[in-house]
Amino acid sequence: MSVHVETLATLIQAKFGQTLTRRASLPVDLSYDVSPEHLLQVVSTLRDDPELRFQILIDVAGVDYLDYGRSEWRTTDSSSSGFGRGVNRAGAGGSHAGSRFAAVYQLLSVAKNERVTLRAFCASVDEPSLPSLVALHAGANWFEREAFDLFGILFHGHPDLRRILTDYGFIGHPFRKDFPLEGNVEVRYDEAKGRVVYEPVQITPRTLVPRVIRDDNRYEAALKDGRPNG
Amino acid sequence: MAEIRNFTLNFGPQHPAAHGVLRLVLEMDGETIQKADPHVGLLHRGTEKLAESKPFNQSIGYMDRLDYVSMMCNEHAYVLAIEKLLGVPVPVRAQYIRVMFDEITRILNHLMWLGSHGLDIGAMTVFLFAFREREDLMDCYEAVSGARMHATYYRPGGVYRDLPDSMPKYQSSRWRSKKDADRLNEARSGSLLDFIEDFTRRFPGCVDEYETLLTDNRIWKQRTVNIGVVSPERAMQLGFTGPMLRGSGVAWDLRKAQPYEVYAELDFDIPVGVGGDCYDRYLVRIEEMRQSNRIIQQCVAWLRANPGPVIVDDRKVRPPRREEMKGDMESLIHHFKLFTEGYCVPEGETYAAVEAPKGEFGVYLVSDGANKPYRLKCRAPGFAHLSALGEMVEGHMLADVVAVIGTQDIVFGEVDR
Repeated sequence: MSVHVETLATLIQAKFGQTLTRRASLPVDLSYDVSPEHLLQVVSTLRDDPELRFQILIDVAGVDYLDYGRSEWRTTDSSSSGFGRGVNRAGAGGSHAGSRFAAVYQLLSVAKNERVTLRAFCASVDEPSLPSLVALHAGANWFEREAFDLFGILFHGHPDLRRILTDYGFIGHPFRKDFPLEGNVEVRYDEAKGRVVYEPVQITPRTLVPRVIRDDNRYEAALKDGRPNG
Repeated sequence: MAEIRNFTLNFGPQHPAAHGVLRLVLEMDGETIQKADPHVGLLHRGTEKLAESKPFNQSIGYMDRLDYVSMMCNEHAYVLAIEKLLGVPVPVRAQYIRVMFDEITRILNHLMWLGSHGLDIGAMTVFLFAFREREDLMDCYEAVSGARMHATYYRPGGVYRDLPDSMPKYQSSRWRSKKDADRLNEARSGSLLDFIEDFTRRFPGCVDEYETLLTDNRIWKQRTVNIGVVSPERAMQLGFTGPMLRGSGVAWDLRKAQPYEVYAELDFDIPVGVGGDCYDRYLVRIEEMRQSNRIIQQCVAWLRANPGPVIVDDRKVRPPRREEMKGDMESLIHHFKLFTEGYCVPEGETYAAVEAPKGEFGVYLVSDGANKPYRLKCRAPGFAHLSALGEMVEGHMLADVVAVIGTQDIVFGEVDR
């Protein structure tokens, strides 16, 4: 266990109490779960408290937990019916309980030289939403637009929640796990029409390397404390 | 009385000063910018989604193509994140090699920035000078990895191979005389380290040359002093990192503050600006090149004296050597598994960041225990910087937009990902 991380954890625990839930993480990282209704208050305290001063919002990453822990390849099934990859694209297993969408915030304190990670789950799956941090960190603007564009997370209170990375008029949220890697439409220039046309994709999806999850006893919890990087 | 209204101007995406494919919608009052709205995403390739469909090692090459003028620094953040989750140690020699190439990359990036920034606001010569030195550094990339730009040289656990004993040489041709080729090959007759050492001896003189062209140049100062001023508080609000933050006077550098690899053992200084304008950021980057040169010299000296392994000896992460595979069944199996399926990374998540030439380049990696990342998020410094463009150019003239884009050191590979 890293000493300065634990010192910070004690300090944060004293300031926030039950508002933040510590997550299992690497010994060098400090990570918390926070509920959407406490998010604004937590981030503003983290920013303004003289002992913390997390003044830079480094990153906001959307995460879709739909396929978490799902393996596409069951070795026990695939050998019984002859040679084949035995890929089950729908996946099997899945170890994530709880809401599907989350946003992960990386905060940095230049004054104290510390980092902290916050994760907030969106309550609803059909209309995932979170409060916007733009009022606290101006730098959150584009990061939240990106999470909205790619995952469809709505940020309440965002001044200008437009798409940012995808094409003008794009439909869907491409980084969701149920959005195909090949996409839905392809474009080409049509000589006859004299303009670019959108058509359904021609590419057939294929899996070059199946996704497998192997139990590796070297990474058992009991052995984790002895990690060289920790 | 004539009706007066603002004029909306479209800048880019195909504009030589847009540094790639930036589309700016500018609301102008005469020649003054009222509002600037950058439209990005024209180079969006979905790198992060692609990485989710590939084993970990196959995405290293994609990292080069994010910020395509600071290739190895991107790889570095990615392999650091994997190493953190795997818990594999990196041999010290590999750490020195990485640091050396990170700094070579920093010089490469700053030379590109200096040349194009100068060209954008009217200084032609500095571009030619900068590219002369870039060519030598590209040769270092080529010698070590075989590719001039997209090296794919770093691996989780170390680097792909040790530094070579010889440099690729120029050949005379119809376009290059024997005399010219011999002159170019003179420094390339020894090993890669000899060549780099020779470069570090020449390079401070080259930086002096750039400075004679720009630092006290009246036109250069008129175009950069008091343009795009950002206060330190505002810079932090906007999520600035790297030279953009240091130019505003915040002494923050991950290499000093949260040293990774062997930066803690090396001697270098962090230049900091005072005014937070384009000129200060120029001075910061120029000084960073000199400091990088110092770091490279220290790395060369260490690497000469300390031979050793350059990648961790762990069969589950790195493939076995070719000779071993010929006689050893175990090695053959490991090789097969590593190249068909890859390795599984234990469940967990982490954020690893490096001080890339443009700022903090970070990788947020979530693994659910599979052989592919569950979620990969690249934190690109340019993305945060560009989001502040509107604020930085407000009230400036149209021509200053180009100076601000230049000073932000925007590369669309990383902004759009």
